[in-house]
Amino acid sequence: MLPAYFDHNATTPLDERVLQAMLPFFLEHYGNASSRHEYGRVARKAVDDAREQVADMVGAHPSQVVFVSGGTEANNLLIKGAAARCQPSQVVVSAVEHPSVTKPAQELREQGWKVRRLAVDVAGRLEMDDVEIALRESVTGLVSVMLANNETGVVQDVATVAELARGVGAMAHTDAVQALGKMPVNFAALNVHAMTISAHKVYGPKGIGALVLDKRLDIKPQITGGEHEKGLRAGTENVPAIVGFGTACALATSRLTELPPKLQQMRERMDQGLRTMGAVLFGDGAERLANTSYFAIPGIDGETLVMALDRAGFAVASGSACSSGGTDPSPVLLAMGVERELARCAVRISLGRDNEMSQIERFLLALQGEILGLKRLVAVAP
Amino acid sequence: MIKQPIYLDYSATTPVDPRVAEKMIPYLTEKFGNPASRSHEFGWEAERAVEEAREQVAALVGADPKEIIWTSGATESNNLAIKGAAHFYKGKGKHLVTVMTEHKAVIDTMRHLESEGYEVTYLMPETNGLVDMEKFKAVLRPDTILASVMLVNNEIGVIQDIAALGEVCRAKGVLFHVDAAQATGKVTIDMAKLKVDLMSFSAHKTYGPKGIGALYVQRKPRVRLEAQMHGGGHERGLRSGTLATHQIVGMGEAFRIAREEMATENERIRYLRDRLYKGLSQIEEAHVNGDMEQRVPHNLNISFNFVEGESLIMAIRELAVSSGSACTSASLEPSYVLRALGRSDELAHSSIRFTIGRFTTEEEIDFAIDLVKAKIGRLREMSPLWDMFKEGVDLSTVQWAAH
Repeated sequence: MLPAYFDHNATTPLDERVLQAMLPFFLEHYGNASSRHEYGRVARKAVDDAREQVADMVGAHPSQVVFVSGGTEANNLLIKGAAARCQPSQVVVSAVEHPSVTKPAQELREQGWKVRRLAVDVAGRLEMDDVEIALRESVTGLVSVMLANNETGVVQDVATVAELARGVGAMAHTDAVQALGKMPVNFAALNVHAMTISAHKVYGPKGIGALVLDKRLDIKPQITGGEHEKGLRAGTENVPAIVGFGTACALATSRLTELPPKLQQMRERMDQGLRTMGAVLFGDGAERLANTSYFAIPGIDGETLVMALDRAGFAVASGSACSSGGTDPSPVLLAMGVERELARCAVRISLGRDNEMSQIERFLLALQGEILGLKRLVAVAP
Repeated sequence: MIKQPIYLDYSATTPVDPRVAEKMIPYLTEKFGNPASRSHEFGWEAERAVEEAREQVAALVGADPKEIIWTSGATESNNLAIKGAAHFYKGKGKHLVTVMTEHKAVIDTMRHLESEGYEVTYLMPETNGLVDMEKFKAVLRPDTILASVMLVNNEIGVIQDIAALGEVCRAKGVLFHVDAAQATGKVTIDMAKLKVDLMSFSAHKTYGPKGIGALYVQRKPRVRLEAQMHGGGHERGLRSGTLATHQIVGMGEAFRIAREEMATENERIRYLRDRLYKGLSQIEEAHVNGDMEQRVPHNLNISFNFVEGESLIMAIRELAVSSGSACTSASLEPSYVLRALGRSDELAHSSIRFTIGRFTTEEEIDFAIDLVKAKIGRLREMSPLWDMFKEGVDLSTVQWAAH
């Protein structure tokens, strides 16, 4: 039997219809979208159509969609690009951002920027008081707060943060990579100047993302060498991936009413089962994405447990994919005040479109078995 | 019946080879794991595929797989190499050297660095498009940190002597970057023999997918770069961002095929290009741009005098070709590469770049020859400039009245 895939926040399988949309652009309609002949024109039209589909999903105008190679690049482009166009001041980021936001923000220190981290409470939510304090402490140029966290699934009140940011004349950005497709994401409603999205979290291909950008915001391009994307991002357009992104967005929009409730139902059963096993549920009580369950069984090492679960036929994660090579406990959990010992036990389950309740039941049984087995081992050790 | 338009624009982009598509598709469908997922087989199998592809790319260019960093394409590789090295080594100096005929990805990046306070020397090539060794040596200074010269030019297909240029740079302690986007699968590249520190690669010029490229970063002696994309620490911290497994697998397979088939393929392509050249050189006042000897067999770039460029492109619309590089063909500027060779604006405007590839047939070449001959004939019949030329008038002495 194929392993059950419970790691949708790491990446998602490609929707079959997305594959069908992409294939002709590899072999048949392979033109360079900047070429002036028919091959180029066909490619250009495909890019334009896909741009509209992406824009539609997030309630933006197509001219606000800048295609880049992924979420990491979009975050880098915004943070470095926006910072380059103003005098160094303070950049405010939440304490639970993805490394592709925290690292570029830290790089800004070399240009004289100050980085201020926003605290979160035990459930992983931003404390609005601290946001206000931060914005009053120092002149702030840029604020970046993710819409939904990749580890805990906790959703932040980005619209309010953005309003506060605008109130002090700062630019507001949100990393909406994990939120897209799992909850409604509307660029205007979020009130931000810029927003990052990525295809491979919404059953689209890897290698393509977008920075949704209020064009009144002047940002310095980071990849130069051609007028692509209105001079904001040079490089031959990755037509098949762009087409795939567009199609994935159109499909995800049509699923937005039924998928989250279905995921919620499975996740609730999951959480219920986890609680009976004595698991600590991170982010419990906060508004969370419908698909994410981030838990720890006290005393059982997360890495060890995920390996055991893999052997039992379940693909899950300990910490995010981007940092699962390291042995440090999750900075997100530490920011939530979780003890290092417990943070090391963290395991993340992120459900998706193709999961079934029967898999949840099998998982809970398997988990129970693994826990007993591992606890026995721990008990035996002197 | 030949499919029209006939595609003769392989330097703008190439179709994905069906064998490459076949290898890629499983990594879009069942094997969709994130290669950075360390906790399950979905991730491990993706990671294995990434490493296999890395070996295949390294094998084509005689490099160690550890020296290959994945990027989103040659434009990004050029940016990473040039900015990354310039920033890292700015303590040693702030002078950079490149050539006027480089791709925009290099030229624009150099211009950005100028706005940051770096000084850049843009060397003029000879009229055949090749860099003169003595002139190159002469512009290197004690405070020069990096030189960038492309291996194969995208517009005229000329091949620079990067082996010799590399020797000069190494002797002077200058880092040497080479944009090889147009070179893979067309000329032999052996990093073990070349004194090149950084080299950019593209997949979609070598029958691989768009959206993926690589940067060779030498390990012995070690070259350091300031990363340009920060985040999860992928690619040894040099380039963060989830790896697109299917694209990487595609690039690996494309480069494997290139290594195995380059020699025989080039022979066939050279035959086709020479056939095209023979046919088109029967046209009066047709001038080849760039050296014919030091040139890849895929490229033929010809200016047709006394023919207006835009009319020509429209007239031969059954051929998908290019005038000026694809990346700048949104604006109607005469090609800066051809102008750097000393071509007048008119000749630059009336140039056509024909680039042949793996799927080009002799039938298509013959069709192209007949079409171009016929259309040029027609356009010149209607051209008063052509009449004057035929009458022996020296057009450079004519006083043109303004309208």
